[in-house]
Amino acid sequence: MKSDIVLAGVGGQGILSIAATIGLAAVENNLFLKQSEVHGMSQRGGDVQSHLRISDKPVASDLIPYGKADIIISVEPMESLRYLPWLAKSGWLVTNSTPFINIPDYPPVDEILTEIRKIKKHRIIDADAIAKEAGSARSGNMVILGAASLYIDLPFKSLENSVRKFFEKKGHEIVEINLKALRAGRKC
Amino acid sequence: MQKLLLLGDEAIAQGAVDAGLSGMYAYPGTPSTEIMEYIQASDEAVEKKIHRFWSANEKTALEAALGMSYAGKRAMVAMKHVGLNVAADPFINSAVTGINGGLIVVAADDPSMHSSQNEQDSRFYGKFSFVPVFEPSNQQEAYNMVFDAFDLSEKYRIPVLFRITTRLAHSRASVERQAAEPEKPFHLPSDPRQFVLLPSIARKKYKALLSTFESLKYDNRISKYNVFRDGMNRRIGVIACGIAYNYLMENYPDKEPGFPVLRITAYPFPKDIISDLTSRCEEVLVLEEGYPFIEEALRGMLDNTLKIHGRMDGAVPREGELNPALVARSLGIKTEQSYKVPAIVRSRPPSFCKGCGHSDTFNAVIEALRPYKSDGVFSDIGCYTLAALPPYTIITSCVDMGASVTMAIGAADAGLYPSVAVVGDSTFTHSGMTGLLDAVIKNSPVTIIISDNSTTGMTGGQKSHATGRLDKICGGIGVAPEHIRTIIPLRKNHEENVRIMQEEFNYMGVSVIISTRECIQTATRRKKAETSDNITKE
Repeated sequence: MKSDIVLAGVGGQGILSIAATIGLAAVENNLFLKQSEVHGMSQRGGDVQSHLRISDKPVASDLIPYGKADIIISVEPMESLRYLPWLAKSGWLVTNSTPFINIPDYPPVDEILTEIRKIKKHRIIDADAIAKEAGSARSGNMVILGAASLYIDLPFKSLENSVRKFFEKKGHEIVEINLKALRAGRKC
Repeated sequence: MQKLLLLGDEAIAQGAVDAGLSGMYAYPGTPSTEIMEYIQASDEAVEKKIHRFWSANEKTALEAALGMSYAGKRAMVAMKHVGLNVAADPFINSAVTGINGGLIVVAADDPSMHSSQNEQDSRFYGKFSFVPVFEPSNQQEAYNMVFDAFDLSEKYRIPVLFRITTRLAHSRASVERQAAEPEKPFHLPSDPRQFVLLPSIARKKYKALLSTFESLKYDNRISKYNVFRDGMNRRIGVIACGIAYNYLMENYPDKEPGFPVLRITAYPFPKDIISDLTSRCEEVLVLEEGYPFIEEALRGMLDNTLKIHGRMDGAVPREGELNPALVARSLGIKTEQSYKVPAIVRSRPPSFCKGCGHSDTFNAVIEALRPYKSDGVFSDIGCYTLAALPPYTIITSCVDMGASVTMAIGAADAGLYPSVAVVGDSTFTHSGMTGLLDAVIKNSPVTIIISDNSTTGMTGGQKSHATGRLDKICGGIGVAPEHIRTIIPLRKNHEENVRIMQEEFNYMGVSVIISTRECIQTATRRKKAETSDNITKE
């Protein structure tokens, strides 16, 4: 079993929460894991990414080689395209459809979606709308993770457990909202 | 033993706590910041009362760590690679004095300059100062090496340099802990003159250092980390250092590489381990993150008969960090890339947060400078450096911590008017204060604007030494009280702030304008914490 995952988004959109959630689930299943993160300068509204590698064998490189990622999970549509060189031919691209526009030359959204649709295996989800329905507009990242969970070789129960663990400190209500968002994403 | 999921930085921190650390010293700097942050957040560190406060800069941090070592305790100091330039003086001299309690200096290099001004390779500092260097290739090794580094440090009474790079510092993996060791007892150096580098003493100590550096090459704590694996294919042999070893092995997922591989993660090493490899191969490929440190040593001044490949002949790029694909290419392995980045994708550079006080400060600076037909302002290292980008494009320098103040002085000496510096609060107390003293002594016509967000913002909001003290510091250094102005960078104060800045530009002496408003990130976090505190209290 091996799953190489590229997580993409804009600084502050919560991709590290997605990474931590998958990471905890991988640990629960006694898998090997390496997860590289971006800290520092680009966190200020710039593009951010995380490479997450889980496997039943030891993982060598902290970075995923080009063309080897099994899935790109993106919380922002344009950012989902930035990491295409990492995606395997047979890989999935799962992305939010709501753009995060903080640059003056952001391209028209329909043109971005056209590019995404050129990828053989893709899922475009309005995570923000689904999150709002689940009761928290801010848990769009968990909706995306829920949708992507269909293509990651981890039991869904483990992901639910790690959402509980990860948000435990923030209280019962936050845990429930995020679980609801995760499940809504899984079903959409 | 317990397994933890840790960043490379955190693995080093946990290793130090478990190896009997008594004092952690650091100034924040990407990618090293999380070492101190982890120890500050560690319940065990709190319980053991491990010293864990930020220092004013990397030099004060290293000197304080040396003081703790003087008293017989184990100490660690962490910084980003350019921080070691600031701390170079105590670092190089601490090799000559030697240590008493174990001393580890962590330098986190940033090849490809993700968050830095250059990509200097700290291994050269090891060579330069005759200090052993550990370069872990993964998180577990980073953890384990801390124990060996402290032992080695105490056995040879020498500081040890830990060199990591961004990818290890900021990558998470499972780490298995060892049994924790107790802290070392307080004991002063047996030789009272050990730390007295008077020339007559220094000459003796330097001679001893040179011989120590030769003998520790053969110590098991170093040699066990440099591993040779033979292979039947003798056409090429590969030397892979630190994290480059992972990129090599990534290309051989289910089999052995088949050629001889020498993995190097500790320095200095005896020549024979290199000749073991080179004597059986026709060609050698050197893979190292950073500068061609080993490659250059192999090549020497005169070309020898062995064919050597690496960064210097273009087998791998001369600059920038490595990755599995670059290593594959250097070995002639084909890699496939199915997709390209579509042309529609725009770059998304970092920018000021919404509501950031720096942006209001710069808006006022831009307008205040307009009548003077100025090119811009000198600036420094921090979030505010982003004012070099549109829509501000007002910064004309970003060189090293504190340089805005002193460059403004020099430019004023040459006739630039108005000569203005914009520096952050934490950068000012790091290395701007001494420059301000220069300005005061000769009454330079400069305006120093301290953009004070009351935190060390770019690295994630660590406590700033400057908070609440800037006014008194500048007054104490000798800036006239009427030319220390305090403003609040808010849109509603814009006109007044512009006027105050222009008044000070017109003054032909030293002015300081302290532009104070809390960082929007730390303010949000503080308010959240206060609300949840109130909820718990209720």
